[in-house]
Amino acid sequence: MEPTNVHDPEYYHKVVDCQYACPAHTPVPEYIRLIAAEKYTEAYMVNWESNVFPGVLGRTCDRPCEPACRRGRVDEEPVAICRLKRVAADNKGDITHLLPKIPIKGNGKRIALIGAGPASLTVARDLAPLGYEIHVFDEQIKGGGMMRSQIPSFRLPESVLDEEVNNILNLGIHQHFKTYVSSLNSVLDDGYDAVFIGTGAPRGRDLSNLPGRAEGQANIHVGIEWLASVAFEHTKQIGKKVIVLGGGNTAMDCCRTSRRLGGEEVKVVVRSPFSEMRASPWEKEDAQHEDIPILDNHVPVSFVSENGKLKGMTFEKVHAVYDEKGKRSLVPTGEPHAFIEADNVLVAIGQENYFPWIERDLGIEFDKWEMPSVNSLTFQSTNEKVFFGGDAALGPKNVITAVAQGHSAAVSIDLYCQGKSLDVRPNPFTNLVSQKMGIHEWSYDSIVTNDDRFVVPQAEKVLTLKDRKKEVELGFDKLVGFKEAERCLNCDIQTVFTENRCIECDACMDVCPTDCITFTTNGTEEDLRTRLMAPSLRLAQDLLVSDTLAATGRVMVKDEDVCLHCGLCAERCPTSAWDMQKFFYNTTKAHHGCGQH
Amino acid sequence: MTYVRPTFRHPDLPKNNINFTKKDYEGALSTLCAGCGHDSISGAIAQACFELSVEPHRIAKLSGIGCSSKTPAYFLGNSHGFNTVHGRMPSVATGAYLANRDLLYFGVSGDGDSASIGMGQFVHAIRRNLNMVYLVMNNGCYGLTKGQDSATADNGSKSKAGSVNPFNAIDLVGLSMELGATFVARSFSGDKAQLIPLIKAAIKHPGFAFIDVISPCVTFNNNVGSTKSYDYVREHIEATSTVDFVPIMEEITADYEDGKEITLHDGSALQLQKLHQGWNPEDKLSAMIALQNAKDKGEILTGLVYIDPNTNALHDVLQTTQTPLNILKEDILCPGIDALEALNESLR
Ligand SMILES: Cc1cc2nc3c(=O)[nH]c(=O)nc-3n(C[C@H](O)[C@H](O)[C@H](O)COP(=O)(O)OP(=O)(O)OC[C@H]3O[C@@H](n4cnc5c(N)ncnc54)[C@H](O)[C@@H]3O)c2cc1C
Ligand SMILES: Cc1ncc(C[n+]2csc(CCOP(=O)(O)OP(=O)(O)O)c2C)c(N)n1
Ligand code: SF4
Ligand code: SF4
Ligand code: SF4
Ligand SMILES: [Mg+2]
Repeated sequence: MEPTNVHDPEYYHKVVDCQYACPAHTPVPEYIRLIAAEKYTEAYMVNWESNVFPGVLGRTCDRPCEPACRRGRVDEEPVAICRLKRVAADNKGDITHLLPKIPIKGNGKRIALIGAGPASLTVARDLAPLGYEIHVFDEQIKGGGMMRSQIPSFRLPESVLDEEVNNILNLGIHQHFKTYVSSLNSVLDDGYDAVFIGTGAPRGRDLSNLPGRAEGQANIHVGIEWLASVAFEHTKQIGKKVIVLGGGNTAMDCCRTSRRLGGEEVKVVVRSPFSEMRASPWEKEDAQHEDIPILDNHVPVSFVSENGKLKGMTFEKVHAVYDEKGKRSLVPTGEPHAFIEADNVLVAIGQENYFPWIERDLGIEFDKWEMPSVNSLTFQSTNEKVFFGGDAALGPKNVITAVAQGHSAAVSIDLYCQGKSLDVRPNPFTNLVSQKMGIHEWSYDSIVTNDDRFVVPQAEKVLTLKDRKKEVELGFDKLVGFKEAERCLNCDIQTVFTENRCIECDACMDVCPTDCITFTTNGTEEDLRTRLMAPSLRLAQDLLVSDTLAATGRVMVKDEDVCLHCGLCAERCPTSAWDMQKFFYNTTKAHHGCGQH
Repeated sequence: MTYVRPTFRHPDLPKNNINFTKKDYEGALSTLCAGCGHDSISGAIAQACFELSVEPHRIAKLSGIGCSSKTPAYFLGNSHGFNTVHGRMPSVATGAYLANRDLLYFGVSGDGDSASIGMGQFVHAIRRNLNMVYLVMNNGCYGLTKGQDSATADNGSKSKAGSVNPFNAIDLVGLSMELGATFVARSFSGDKAQLIPLIKAAIKHPGFAFIDVISPCVTFNNNVGSTKSYDYVREHIEATSTVDFVPIMEEITADYEDGKEITLHDGSALQLQKLHQGWNPEDKLSAMIALQNAKDKGEILTGLVYIDPNTNALHDVLQTTQTPLNILKEDILCPGIDALEALNESLR
């Protein structure tokens, strides 16, 4: 192999598995260390800079970082990255003086943001400090989008959401709430320099053609509409027996909300096998904990009403069969149909985008699924003035993806308004600094603790089921937060190798607890992976390969996969050929301007 | 102070035939100087025992005094160990071996420990042919006492302070052959590919197996002008052959036209390739000539030097009981007055 190019910022970035997996590339180990040092405000701001809604995300994030976390490969479970974010948010001090200042004199450019969900709010935050005049339009009464209308208060208290939404709106944003935009053309006519569309995926799928649907209408609701109506307090109760159709997170929120509005026998009924449900494992656990059974392999057949009143539903029982390509089909078991009683049915089987208000003659191309064609890097549409982001751009995902896309779109809008090319993206900000303080001393906690992942305590069920606004999770206290923070392996403290210092004494190879380091003759990557000290099975994890070593002509190969970042290699190296260096990586946001941090 | 070894290991570590991973053969974290050759040898010993699937509790580690003699703390943490006084490891080994022939004896010593203070002990251990591995971590100095020249330092080798050694070196390899050792090898701490198979073969050898391992002392003897530095050894090293250890029952796949296969006592084999000119490991004379030739050319000859796989170790010579003394029952140990009288009678 060629020597690894460690000057490519993406090389070390990829070693920080959590940060790399985070759509917004939040510097996770950096904020985790700050939490361990009780610097909650600083930890919060590191988050705020990257993901804009640390308090919200510390409770609700889909956390793609956690399955990626290196700790999960050497220990039973990954670091509780998401819930540590909440520790920072819960314990932070006043941050008002740390928020960006808005220039007194604007830059003369006006931007319209349609929808006030996380995508639009991110664009607003990134552009307002640059002097843009930002106008945000939303049909709802307050900002937050689905964070407000969909995510139930028992998972995300309104006060937490309000605080973080207001931190942005207070940056001099012109707010147009209770304003449904019914024509993009008229917005464009108002002479904005650019328009950002962050209207989400607002339409819930229904089972319109299922027999009995029309007759049961009064007691059948589309999940996301029902959740919004609960959030805005139009709906305050539900029947005792409830069926929730669907296996995603929306279904989990519907069933748990039902339990709080009077539902006593609430059942989730889903077509697919339990293990293939789209809901996150923790969401399923929380639902089951609230005495909600999940019946899998049941395909809806009909709604059953008697005398105009809904009585329940019938289902066909199926089992999953897979062909050679692994494609699944659900095959009936032949058992008689099951009838399940219900006073209400909530249909939570997915959401869709919906753009009836965008005229089709504005130069914005739509594909056969009625989705706008959007550049997935710049988020520009085929009308150069119009940008998309969040669920509206590439279909429904989650808050952190909406934020990440908002950042990218903001960079694009800023470049566009300056007449620059959108394809020349600003480089990330990076920095690499030695952590050596002395013999056996590093400026980070290099000791690897053995604690298992700590469980987040929950409020008692008898209390939470009575009040839909009572938050279920209590969050880690400071001490447990510290211990959980100490589980982090500090993957951003990189093992940096300088070949011309190495005398090939093998000390690093011998001491490495996880057999990361091998000195051997060079070869192709495929060949090298068979000749390392330990099996090298995770191909997505890079090999760090040195230049040819002077004394023996061999190379040093380090498999980054399960490096504990313990620093023992650097401790045992007599010549400091290894050093532990902190790599800081931050994607450049629009408000950084030319890229300084 | 952050010098603590994590307990996590690679999740896919292979297991040996008795279901142990390498972790089961580790010792405490070394406190020797960073980069010491001794640590690398410790790693090789642990690796060899892992690969041979030796049960850790069947091994007894024995050593004297010195940095080298400290190393048994840093490997095979689940084995027995005895740290004797300086140079006296062979006596303790003799006693232990006579008392319990069932354990695998692994002696670790230094050039000071064996070639100076313990020389008298060392030669008798060879002469008596204890069934043990005797490994010298040879750094040409007294590392533990701050690097004074040892008796294996080469004539003309320069110390870190600049003084030149005026005495001839004792060559422990030549000496052991002269004294009748039946397994003699030399290696280098920086060449695990050679060292590990040699250690495995030495463990399998049924008599005294001697390995002299050149092991640079990074702190006191790794300077320019020293003949035991990493650089000097790498520049002057010459191998008798490449060595591969083939366990019993495993098919030998490589072809070895320019090589040789030596079947060891238990059926495992040493496979040697690229044999040094005129050298035959089973012919002592050729081995001594090869050694002398290398010395004349200023080369450091490593690899297997001499082997006689069929050897009679001390227990065989003395025809002692097959049973370790600690499990011999009283009726056998103390056969009674009649047996004593019969014995006395036979001596009259
Ligand atoms: C039940 C449910 C639970 C969820 N839970 C989570 C979770 O726990 N974690 C997570 O990360 N994600 C979760 N999500 C997904 C997440 O809420 C969305 O991915 C995210 O909010 C998308 O952000 P956005 O900015 O693209 O748009 P949205 O948040 O959807 O906001 C769009 C806004 O645009 C407004 N709007 C739309 N059209 C118009 C118009 N024509 N004129 C004016 N205003 C308009 C809407 O009123 C809305 O306020 C959940 C989704 C649902 C349905
Ligand atoms: C009876 C006795 N004499 C002297 C010493 C001092 N002493 C300790 S270690 C050592 C030399 C060790 O040299 P070596 O065996 O080569 O070990 P190294 O440290 O080089 O590995 C000496 C002389 C001692 N401990 N005991
Ligand atoms: S151990 Fe810490 S730095 Fe490493 S991936 Fe997990 S959270 Fe990130
Ligand atoms: S920091 Fe060094 S010693 Fe520790 S696991 Fe990584 S490579 Fe191994
Ligand atoms: S410990 Fe240092 S000098 Fe020794 S092999 Fe490793 S990198 Fe090279
Ligand atoms: Mg010595």
